[in-house]
Amino acid sequence: MKGVRHYPGFLAMTIGCLVVLYAPLIVVTVYSFNGSTSITQWGGFSWRWYADVFTGPEAPRFAAAAWNSLTIAVLAATAATAIATAAAVAMVRGGRFRGKSATFALINLPLMVPEIVTAVATLIFFSAIGLTTGYLTILIAHVTFCIPFAYLPIAARLEGIESSYEQAARDLYATRAQAFRLILLPLMAPGIISGFLLAFIISLDDFIITNFVKGAGMETLPTAIFGSVKQGIKPNIMAISTMMLAVSVLFVTLSYFINRSGQKTRA
Amino acid sequence: MAGFLPKSGAESTGYRGLVGPLLLPTWVMVGVFLVIPVALMAIYSFLTKEFRGGVIWDFTLAAYDQFFFNRGLFGDEPPSIEWTYIAIFWRSVWQAGVATLLCLAVGFPTAWFIATRPAAQRGVWLFLVTVPYWVNLLIRTVSLKFLLRDNGPLNGSLMSLGLIDGPLPLVNTDLAVQLGLFYSYLPFMVLPIYAAVERYNFALSEAAADLYASRWVTLREIVLPVVRPGIVAGCILVFVPSLGAFLAPDLLGGAKTFMIGSLIDEQFKGSQGNWPFGAAVSMILMTLVMIVLILYARAQAKAERRS
Repeated sequence: MKGVRHYPGFLAMTIGCLVVLYAPLIVVTVYSFNGSTSITQWGGFSWRWYADVFTGPEAPRFAAAAWNSLTIAVLAATAATAIATAAAVAMVRGGRFRGKSATFALINLPLMVPEIVTAVATLIFFSAIGLTTGYLTILIAHVTFCIPFAYLPIAARLEGIESSYEQAARDLYATRAQAFRLILLPLMAPGIISGFLLAFIISLDDFIITNFVKGAGMETLPTAIFGSVKQGIKPNIMAISTMMLAVSVLFVTLSYFINRSGQKTRA
Repeated sequence: MAGFLPKSGAESTGYRGLVGPLLLPTWVMVGVFLVIPVALMAIYSFLTKEFRGGVIWDFTLAAYDQFFFNRGLFGDEPPSIEWTYIAIFWRSVWQAGVATLLCLAVGFPTAWFIATRPAAQRGVWLFLVTVPYWVNLLIRTVSLKFLLRDNGPLNGSLMSLGLIDGPLPLVNTDLAVQLGLFYSYLPFMVLPIYAAVERYNFALSEAAADLYASRWVTLREIVLPVVRPGIVAGCILVFVPSLGAFLAPDLLGGAKTFMIGSLIDEQFKGSQGNWPFGAAVSMILMTLVMIVLILYARAQAKAERRS
């Protein structure tokens, strides 16, 4: 019976929800192709603001910021994924051990402490131990808060893998390292890739914590954009935003399809 | 907050003895770079401020005193309650609360609609709802500001349609901040409610319908109590980050919509800053958030015991 599932107006609300979610993004994408210098008037389709991002007066600043953002995201996501993979194996395959729920709380702690509090605490810590804020401090902070984002998909995937595969391998005289490398790791791969992609996006996305621990003169894309936006929204910012938007959408789409293919092989 | 405690019982795959080394990197990273910093922040909130930013290692309650009490310009008057910062906290709670209700009003129908689609379609709908969340928060907030500006596309099209004569002042209002928070965290509301509705047994609704309950009575009396855990989880996932949000109030709000995030941020900027006070405000915010989370965990544990 379909009737009890149907509520009048819920479809309209869903469509409204999607309109609200996408309208600002679509508007900015459209206006990034605006040929006019005014952000209000439409001056025909043009790539000029994209050209401006790469060759305009602010180009070196954006290039440096993009390089920092990208390298930090790759390094932080790689480190967080490695750490989270080890943690997931211990948590899911390690049986019961003392301090397990405390460890679980620790892994999820970065999600529970408000971001701005993490930012303040991290700044205070680096200042107290006398570490000059800059690239390294941003990287350390990013690895830390990326851990739970990498952990969740990896642990979820590992939960779904029966231990009988590895046991069979061990029974056939595979060493623990061989069983891990040849059996468990390939089975975990979709989870690990998803975890990496999520950590990567989360690192790329971060503004508040980076803004606190970046130090003077150091910029990532979000802090550079924030600095520019404070003086008003310029068309070149919309072009950068559109490019970052495209990267995020690409990564999430990838992650979605990798997860789906992972579920199919499991079934 | 999302997550699950793994089931134990995975037997002899040989990792039992490796638990320590495997978890060591996690303990070190989160322990050294989050737990110790938070503890240090707690200590800093009891230190004396230095004027160029930073602290002097003299223990004092000055930061908390500044937050709660007003002792006059020269600090020699009898203390009265200082309302400035309490008002900022109250405004943050209010703004986060309104944003949460907005998310609930839109998120519940959306989650319900998606969960009642054929199984093959649900993934696509969920995907559509979650994609914007993965787009950079700063970019989303800037986009919203661009859309809502006085001479932005929204006001422009409303005016050209003749619906309004002059631009609606949307930016720099409470409403803009609420919209910004709503926009930032809406997927957090949809996902847990979706999970709850997906598990909901529709035979209950059918039974209610057979007994002549109307749709909306069924929704109120049967559905809502059953999917409540999902609704509560969604509300917490929206409310908690909204409370300490920085970007939406800073970019979409004005001086009148100052929230906790901006208050903390200000204490660490340049020579005007006051680190111990910033640390104290952060401590108070974190305490507030922890209270919400503990109450939630308790309520959930109680609900689990009952079922």
